[in-house]
Amino acid sequence: MARSVLVTGVAGTFASLFARRLADLGEGAGISKVVGIDTMLPPGDLGGVKFVRADIRTPVVGKVIAVEDVDTVVHLDVNPPRRGRTGGAKELNVIGTMQLLAACQRASTVTKFILGSSTAVYGSSPRDPAMFTESLLARDGVRSGFPKDIVEVESYVRGFARRRPEVIITTLRAAQILHPSIDTPLATYFASPVLPAVMGFDPRLQFTDLNDAFAVLEQAIVKDRPGTFNIAGDGVVLLSQAARRLGRPIIPLPPFGFATAARRVLRAAGSDIPPDLHRLLTYGRVVDTSALRDIFGYDLTRTSLQTFEEFRDSLRPGVMSVVGGRA
Amino acid sequence: MSDERKTIGSGGKAGRGNRQTSPSAAARALAGAPAARKPVAKAKPKVTEPKPAATKAPAKKSPPKKAAPTKRPADKAAAPKPRLRAVTDEDAAAAAAAAAEEAARRTRTAGAAPLSAGIPIDEIVVAVIQAAQRVLGSDWEARVATLLATIRKRMSGDYEVDEFGFDPQITEVLTAAIEPLAEKWFRLEVRGVENIPAEGGALLVANHSGTVPIDGLITGYAVKKYAGRDLRPLGADLVFSLPFVGQIARKVGATLACTEDAERLLTTGELAGVWPEGFKGIGKPFAERYKLQRFGRGGFVSSAMRAQVPIVPVSIVGAEEIYPLVGNVPSLARLLGLPYLPITPFFPLLGPLGMIPLPSKWIIEFGEPIRTDAYDPESADDPMLLFNVTDQVRETIQQTLYGLLVDRGNAFF
Repeated sequence: MARSVLVTGVAGTFASLFARRLADLGEGAGISKVVGIDTMLPPGDLGGVKFVRADIRTPVVGKVIAVEDVDTVVHLDVNPPRRGRTGGAKELNVIGTMQLLAACQRASTVTKFILGSSTAVYGSSPRDPAMFTESLLARDGVRSGFPKDIVEVESYVRGFARRRPEVIITTLRAAQILHPSIDTPLATYFASPVLPAVMGFDPRLQFTDLNDAFAVLEQAIVKDRPGTFNIAGDGVVLLSQAARRLGRPIIPLPPFGFATAARRVLRAAGSDIPPDLHRLLTYGRVVDTSALRDIFGYDLTRTSLQTFEEFRDSLRPGVMSVVGGRA
Repeated sequence: MSDERKTIGSGGKAGRGNRQTSPSAAARALAGAPAARKPVAKAKPKVTEPKPAATKAPAKKSPPKKAAPTKRPADKAAAPKPRLRAVTDEDAAAAAAAAAEEAARRTRTAGAAPLSAGIPIDEIVVAVIQAAQRVLGSDWEARVATLLATIRKRMSGDYEVDEFGFDPQITEVLTAAIEPLAEKWFRLEVRGVENIPAEGGALLVANHSGTVPIDGLITGYAVKKYAGRDLRPLGADLVFSLPFVGQIARKVGATLACTEDAERLLTTGELAGVWPEGFKGIGKPFAERYKLQRFGRGGFVSSAMRAQVPIVPVSIVGAEEIYPLVGNVPSLARLLGLPYLPITPFFPLLGPLGMIPLPSKWIIEFGEPIRTDAYDPESADDPMLLFNVTDQVRETIQQTLYGLLVDRGNAFF
């Protein structure tokens, strides 16, 4: 059965690349049509994607689903806030999801819903287990900002699953993607000339390779894989290790007021730190991807370290490279 | 120069004046000399002979003054450092010789480095090589090269840690750093190393004591040194919320004491260590030493049962005496978010000095493993069985502790 796919948030770098890639797959892979929806125009060429300029926070989205005869909804419009959009992020993430789900519940054509979630749903705290499996809940660090949004979004999706049990729902919790063409908070952070870090903490970080993320989403569309799955490259990279590999100096800042101080430092250095990152940069987060391998049936091609290395090669060498850094 | 800087009360006994005005009457009376003496005269701190003070002239400025008549023209700038002791003829001669050498050195070329003036560079190189051979052995060149390569790799971030953040290289370095503390300071004695499985998972369960969890550190050292395995301690969440402490804890392989992490470690064949008494154990008063507290809620038994790994009871004697806890400030502890705020006989009385652990004698005994594979993994859900096994482990450790205490005798000698 050829699928008609709706991709939300195609103005975002990842969603636009994914929508285009999906459209390029075409009929051969069982994709008949790809519709992209967002309030802003996408940055690049969308190729074969049919772009609809609409706001998913309004009931218009229901009409789009009905008109385009959509059967698969890929919700990628859940993003961490960017600078200057801090206030609107919650509106877009939570209210957008609610409206989209309301529209999907009405539309009888929708048979599959895929949520592009984030590992931020697990929060980040000193009481975290070393690795989160899909069944574990956040211990702390989901009381504000993007992590709170994503927890609410997932709870709405669970509610939708209860009301429409026949719809196949796949929730993909991905660690942040590191790729030069993708705009994620950690990518912005690592591209800064100096890296402010919390004094006395060395968080364990994980990254997702772009192609792995694409492949998992495609498989979720083409095959039926209901459930919740973590996506993150195997292994971990410590922040100190990452900084040494980048050859960028770490600036240790005291834990209190870290967020403000880090932003000041980075702005002084001509860069910016996205909000909500400070908890991750204090305690770190690691997820278990065995469910993706064993139940979903996808073997990740890149470890976190390989992903990081590929990303590093796209950056300018840091000022500390002379004493190490680039091998 | 140093003389001019000194003012009242900065040197010598009270009442000897400040060497700029005339000495006090008390000083003159003490010196026992007539008023015709020079104003530099002062009370002699090291009177060795009952000779008249005039001939010995025990004063700060004396050496240059005495030396001056003999070889004054040699140098005027480089006077030897004033000493607070009696001046003999040998001293005067030595001072003169030093002054002469100083002058000679100054008259030599200014370009020559003063360090290489005395010792030839090749002798220094030979000395360094000999030192390297003595410290690192005959294959020191390879060793130094390996060390430098390792440092370079660390600097460039070229190392791997596992998902828990365990860094074997740092652990190796820390183990070596702890060795003197364990072997020389605590005179550690380890028994029953053969009870630690050479491979596969096992859960080490130990008693906890000592105000500061140094026993965990020493147990980790003992396992690494004598059994050649890495102990993965399970710690309280407080450890991971503290800056620096949490970072180091993760790097030496510790992780949070929760069932998920314990089972993950045990099923992957690691050696996990738990101290089920927790803060009740390390924070108990000195009077209750070696009395085991409640062993948590028995979660460690269910983890071991699910993973089907043996439980090794570990009895640690000696940790109780390192910081005898005689008091606690609960209100301040609550304010700081700590489980207790210790007062020991030396802390906070002596400040940082009070943080030095007392040199008690330590014995760590690894007991016979308690097998859990006789039970099904499902029986981990049977609370009565868990309580029974928990009590069995606890009793084993308690009895072993009594035996070890008798064996050890005096805690410190």
